[in-house]
Amino acid sequence: MEKKSIVKKITGSREALLAVILILLFAVVSVISPSFLTVKSVTDMLKNNAVTMIMSLGMLCVMLVGGIDISIMSTLALSGMSIGMLLKYEYISNTVVAFAIALAIGTACGLLVGLVISRADVPPIIATMGFMYVFRAMGYLVSNGGEWASAAALGSFKDFATTKILGLSCVIWVIILCYVVFFFFMKWTRTGRKIYAVGSNANAAEVSGINVRNIKLLVYMIMGFLAGLGGAIQVSVYASAMPDMQLGGEMDVIAACVIGGVSMSGGRGTVLGALLGSLILATIAKALPLVGIDPLAQNTIKGVLILVVVVANVVLQRVADRSALKGREM
Amino acid sequence: MNKKLVSAVLCGTMVLGAACPVFAGVADGKKIALVGKSAGNAFFEIAAASYKETVEAEGGTVDVVYPEAATADAQIKVLDNLISQDYDAICISANDVNALQAKMEEAMDAGIKVSSFDSAPNSDSRQVFVNQAGTVAVGQALMDAVLDIAGGEGQWAILSATSQAANQNAWIDAMKSIMESDEKYSKLELVEVAYGDDEPQKSIDQTSALLENYPDLKVICAPTTVGIAAAAKYLQDNESTCKLTGLGLPSEMIEYTGADDAHSCPYFYLWDMQGLGKLSAYATIALANEEITGALDETFTAGDLGEYTITTADDGGTEIVLGLPLQFNSDNIEEMAKLY
Repeated sequence: MEKKSIVKKITGSREALLAVILILLFAVVSVISPSFLTVKSVTDMLKNNAVTMIMSLGMLCVMLVGGIDISIMSTLALSGMSIGMLLKYEYISNTVVAFAIALAIGTACGLLVGLVISRADVPPIIATMGFMYVFRAMGYLVSNGGEWASAAALGSFKDFATTKILGLSCVIWVIILCYVVFFFFMKWTRTGRKIYAVGSNANAAEVSGINVRNIKLLVYMIMGFLAGLGGAIQVSVYASAMPDMQLGGEMDVIAACVIGGVSMSGGRGTVLGALLGSLILATIAKALPLVGIDPLAQNTIKGVLILVVVVANVVLQRVADRSALKGREM
Repeated sequence: MNKKLVSAVLCGTMVLGAACPVFAGVADGKKIALVGKSAGNAFFEIAAASYKETVEAEGGTVDVVYPEAATADAQIKVLDNLISQDYDAICISANDVNALQAKMEEAMDAGIKVSSFDSAPNSDSRQVFVNQAGTVAVGQALMDAVLDIAGGEGQWAILSATSQAANQNAWIDAMKSIMESDEKYSKLELVEVAYGDDEPQKSIDQTSALLENYPDLKVICAPTTVGIAAAAKYLQDNESTCKLTGLGLPSEMIEYTGADDAHSCPYFYLWDMQGLGKLSAYATIALANEEITGALDETFTAGDLGEYTITTADDGGTEIVLGLPLQFNSDNIEEMAKLY
C-alpha cells in the first residue's frame, strides 16, 4: 500500500477531522477565556465528565452491532444508589467492595437487557425503554422512596474521587484505563473484531461461524458493566447518591458517540472516535458558562454546536469518500 | 350493687368529660384526613408525622392517605372515598392547581373543612392554605445571609436550578428587589445568575465558571438542594475562599457546614417542615371547630407556636404563613440531619 500524504490522511480519516474540530474548539475557548487551558481546568473537566466518557465506550459497542441502549442511566442510578444505601446503613465500608457490587449490579442489568434483546428479538429501543423505567423505579425502591445517601453517609468511599495518584485523580486514571483496555480490545482481540463483523453484516457473520446472539448479549453486558462503573464513579465524584441521578443523561452518551462518528446503523465507529466525541461534548459543556453566554441560551447553543459538529463531520467524510473513489477510478 | 357503682362511675366520667374539654384537647373526637401528593416523599412525611402527632395530642385522629400515583386523577379517587366517610376535615397537598376544584367544592358542600399545605390547589378549592415561608421572607433571609457572609460588600452570584423553575425565580426576584430597596446592600454586586438545572454535573460546570470568571467572588447563593450540595463539594474540595449559602437539605450538607475555613458553607436555610406540619394541624383543628372559616384577618392560636393571622395569598385566596425559614449551622446540623 502506498503512503498517503498528511493532508489526505487528515481529510481521509473521521477521527483526524474530529481532532481538528476539538483543537479549534479549544483554541477559540482559550482565546475568549484564558483560564480554560490550565491543567486544573482540564482535569476538572475530565473528572466532571468521567461518567459520560466511560459509558461512551459501552455505547460504542452497542451501536456497533446496530443497537441502542437508553436504559443505561437507570442502571447507573440503581447500582450507584444500591452502594450508596449499603454504605449509608453501614453494611459495607470498603471502597473495593462497593465498586465490585456496583459492577455486579450493572452487569446483571446488562445481562437482562441483553437476554431480552438477543434471545427474544425485541427491538433494542423498545426493550431498553422498558428497562429504563424498571431500573429507575428499582433505584427509587432501593432508596426507600427518595432518600439520598449524602457525603456524610458515604464514609471513605467518596475519597476515591479526591485521591490522586502521580498527580492525577483516581477518576481520571479509571478513564485512561478504560480507554486503553478498549482500544486494544476492539482492535486486536477476536471478540472485538467479531463485534465489528456482526455490525457490518450480521448474516455474513452468522455464516462465517460467529454466534451473533452471544455477541449481542455480550455488548449489552459490557454496557451494563460500564454503567455500573459509572454509578460508582458518579456517587464518588459528587459524594451523593440520589435515585434521580443522570436522569436523561443517556442522550449525552449517545450524542458523544454520534459526534465521534459511530454509525447509528452499526458497523462503523472507533474507540478514538468515542473519546474525541465525548471530549468535544465535555468541552462544549465546560465552555458555555465560561465564555459568558446568556444562561437561557446555553442549551440552545449546545444543541446547535452538536448538530454543526455532526453535520460538518458527515459532509467532510462524504467529500473524502468521493475523492477516494476518484482515486480508485484513475 | 356492683352494676350501680359501675354506672355511677361511668356517669361521673361522662359528666366530667363533657364539663372539662380541656382534659381532652381541642380536637377531641375529630376525624381528619391528610392527603399527600404521592407515597415516598421523605420531606412531606416529616411534616405529616408532625401533623399527626399534633392532632393526636389534642385528641383527634388522623388518617394519612397517599394516592397511588402523583397525579390529580389519583387524588380525585382518594377524595371521592374520603367524602363518603364523613371526615370532619381534609388537608391536602395538591398535585394540580385547578383539577381538584370540583371534588374539593363537593367536599366543602358536604360540610367537610378543607385546607392545604405544601402545595396549594386554587383559591376556590380550599378554605385556607398554610404556606411554609413567604417568598419575601425567603428572599430576605438569603439576602441577609449573603450580606453577612460577604462581610458587607463584594461580588456574589446565584446558582439556581432551571431557568423556568417558578419557586427559584420568585425567590431570586425577591432577593433582587430587597437588594435594591435597602441602602445596606448597596456594596454588594450580583454578578451573575447561573443555572445548574439541578444536575450535579452541570452545577459544577457553572460553579467553576463563576470562580474562574470572577476571581474575587465572595459568596454563591444556591436556592436549590442539588445545586447547593454540588457547589459545596466543589468549593470545599478546591479550598476556595468563596463561601456558600442558600436552601439545602441538612443531611446532604453536613460535611460542608461549619463556620471555619475548612467548610464551604457557614449556614443555610430550609423550611421548618415540622413546624409546617404542626401549624397546619392547628389550622385544620381551628377550621373543624369553626373558630375560623379561612376568611381574611381571622386569628387563631396554634398551640405553643402562638397566634396566627390569615392573610392574602399570591393567588388571591387566603393563607397562613409559618414565618422565616429555619437556619442550619454547625450547632444544629447534626441533630437536623437525622430528620431531613
